[in-house]
Amino acid sequence: MKVRVYVSLKNGVLDPQGRAIHHAIEGLGIHGVKDVRAGKMLELEVDDTVTDAALDEMAKKLLANMVIENYRIERIAA
Amino acid sequence: MSGFRSAVVTFPGSNCDRDMADALEKISGTAPYRVWHGDADLPERLDFIALPGGFSYGDYLRSGAMAARSPIMQAVVAAAGRGVPVLGVCNGFQVLTESGLLPGALMRNAGIRFVCREVALTVENSQSLFTGGYSKGQRILIPVAHHDGNYFADDATLERLEGEGRVAFRYAEPVNGSSRDIAGILNEAGNVLGMMPHPERMIEAAHGGTDGRALFESAIKGLVDA
Repeated sequence: MKVRVYVSLKNGVLDPQGRAIHHAIEGLGIHGVKDVRAGKMLELEVDDTVTDAALDEMAKKLLANMVIENYRIERIAA
Repeated sequence: MSGFRSAVVTFPGSNCDRDMADALEKISGTAPYRVWHGDADLPERLDFIALPGGFSYGDYLRSGAMAARSPIMQAVVAAAGRGVPVLGVCNGFQVLTESGLLPGALMRNAGIRFVCREVALTVENSQSLFTGGYSKGQRILIPVAHHDGNYFADDATLERLEGEGRVAFRYAEPVNGSSRDIAGILNEAGNVLGMMPHPERMIEAAHGGTDGRALFESAIKGLVDA
């Protein structure tokens, strides 16, 4: 089974990368984008023994830094 | 000064470990132990542990994130808990926040760019083990070289750090967007210091200055006299 873990910056945490990307989008001549926040998505291939609790634990302890980031876990049916 | 037992931890991608070892040897008179990230144990009866700068694990995931979960860090966390002084510089500071030994996080520089130059710092706390050789308010010049040095913590944490005198150094000029210009912080017990600037690169005249020397001297003197 595939699991996707989305890691994003918490609200209120300054995102210099998102701001630079936003600036670059405007450089393309495309207007109307109000804000950009950069994050990351990790794709895991797991077997059925990997519980939601285990996914939560790995997200909290390693994949996301809970001081500045949030995460969301999505299981993708094969 | 002989008999000073220090250790420098090398992670894959550390690149200031040799400079750190050199500074510790020149100032204490005794060569530090060199410890590898995969080691499970530190040498016994250490007086000082240094986590050097660099790009451990290629900065994969987040700077310092992988190193903070390496086998040796469990031993470092345990030693810090017993009161052994731990100094983390640059990537070493990132490892300390990622491992939970220090609060907050180090994010991408606000100006996006890698910053590599000498910067002026203000000594905020001159009472700690590491900063006793400076005077409060003293301006010192120490080089920085980092991409992720933008210190972030929530307001409550920042207030606590300030209130408890745990801000050791502050930037005296704009560098990376750090909250309250924080350049280095101490843990609650005062035996763990993390800082982005590199004191080990300012210990002899050939470096262009010696402002980093007092940090090592005060730590070593404090420990030997104790």
